[in-house]
Amino acid sequence: MEPTMSFFSGFQPSDVLYLTEAAWRTLLISVLSISIGTFLGTIFGWMMYEGKWAAALTLGPVLDVFRSVPLIIQLVLFYNFAPIIGLNLDPFLSGVVILSIYCASLMANIARGGMEAVDPPMRRAARSLGMSYWQDLRYVVLPIGGRAVFPSWVGVALGVMKDSALVSVLGYVELLKASQILITRTQEPLLILTIAGAFYFALSYPISRYAATLEKRWAS
Amino acid sequence: MFDYNFHWRPVLKSLPDLLAAGLTTLEIAALSMVLGIIFGLGLALIQMHMRGPLKWLASAWIELARNTPALFQLFFFGFGLGAVGIHMSPYVIVLAALSFNCAGYLAENFRGGFQAIPNTQIRAARSLGMTAWQSYTRIIIPQVFRIVYHPLTNQIVWAVLMSSLGMLVGFRELSGETQALASRTYRIFEYFAVTAVIYYMVVKIILGSSRLLATRLFRY
Repeated sequence: MEPTMSFFSGFQPSDVLYLTEAAWRTLLISVLSISIGTFLGTIFGWMMYEGKWAAALTLGPVLDVFRSVPLIIQLVLFYNFAPIIGLNLDPFLSGVVILSIYCASLMANIARGGMEAVDPPMRRAARSLGMSYWQDLRYVVLPIGGRAVFPSWVGVALGVMKDSALVSVLGYVELLKASQILITRTQEPLLILTIAGAFYFALSYPISRYAATLEKRWAS
Repeated sequence: MFDYNFHWRPVLKSLPDLLAAGLTTLEIAALSMVLGIIFGLGLALIQMHMRGPLKWLASAWIELARNTPALFQLFFFGFGLGAVGIHMSPYVIVLAALSFNCAGYLAENFRGGFQAIPNTQIRAARSLGMTAWQSYTRIIIPQVFRIVYHPLTNQIVWAVLMSSLGMLVGFRELSGETQALASRTYRIFEYFAVTAVIYYMVVKIILGSSRLLATRLFRY
């Protein structure tokens, strides 16, 4: 028998698998939040565009709050507020709710910018060709405005992916939380943080590069 | 449905502490902005005018800062460098991580600013007898700052919001102080709600004063 017991054990190959799983969870929560956030944000952006001053007075300030308070404070607040009104959400759901709203508040501006990027004469032309309002939105505004704001959309989406690291504060074991757990066991912070950073980089860098090339191609 | 009693009194009692911590937040955000601008300018110039290892280093800095979460960068400066014997106080860790991050983002902004200024201006300045240093500091950089003014104010807001991550490495800025106070009285929601209001007001003040400053600076 071993005379002493050790709490710590070195870094093993199986730990890479553990980190990969955690990276998958980071991807999961990001994709979910970005999808919901983009959907809501587009609706909010449309309301801001069509509602003019009514939306500017009501929706604008509300969305502004989510952009002006640190995400980590929002997460802690919501996580502690949900039980007060009788909701029992696990860290994952709380994270998705707040990340989605945060994402939507950023996307609303982008969506509105996209709608403003389409020339009014173009839309009038669409309407006078007999398109309905929704057809005009779907077949004229979406392709043209969407293309104009696509690079900023990618920027915000990647930002939300990186900000999903903050959900670790609530205890959701995503990439950064998993690396913290491993650091506690192996006592090798430099190695593990480098691997975690490489995962994030591998998720983010190709997409931002691809968006940059697309932007360049569309510009010419 | 609502059997939770809000207790605001302990929060109001410790409001002076919170406001003092808010000053720490402002201080570290301002310092990291100054460092970020200096390093960001340097990185942008290196990336545009140099080749070889220095350029690779600058590119690596920019891409790492932009493609990994700020929280990861903070952990790297805190735990990662701690493992190789570089121990820093929480203040220095947060400052280093924030400056690293800001410099990466600002470098891209500056690069865009430099590219927006026609090359002929440098030649004109040089042919008037200015040295390279003079033509940069007197002709180019003032114009670049005008172009990047709005991204710069956004970055200041980001720095304020990002400094809230200091709470996770035990730094007593606004969020860290709030967490410490909240765990003493266990009024987590109330404390963080007040902190959120403080952050909101700080951000509004920064944006408002930057707009005021812009009307004064860019009058003609």
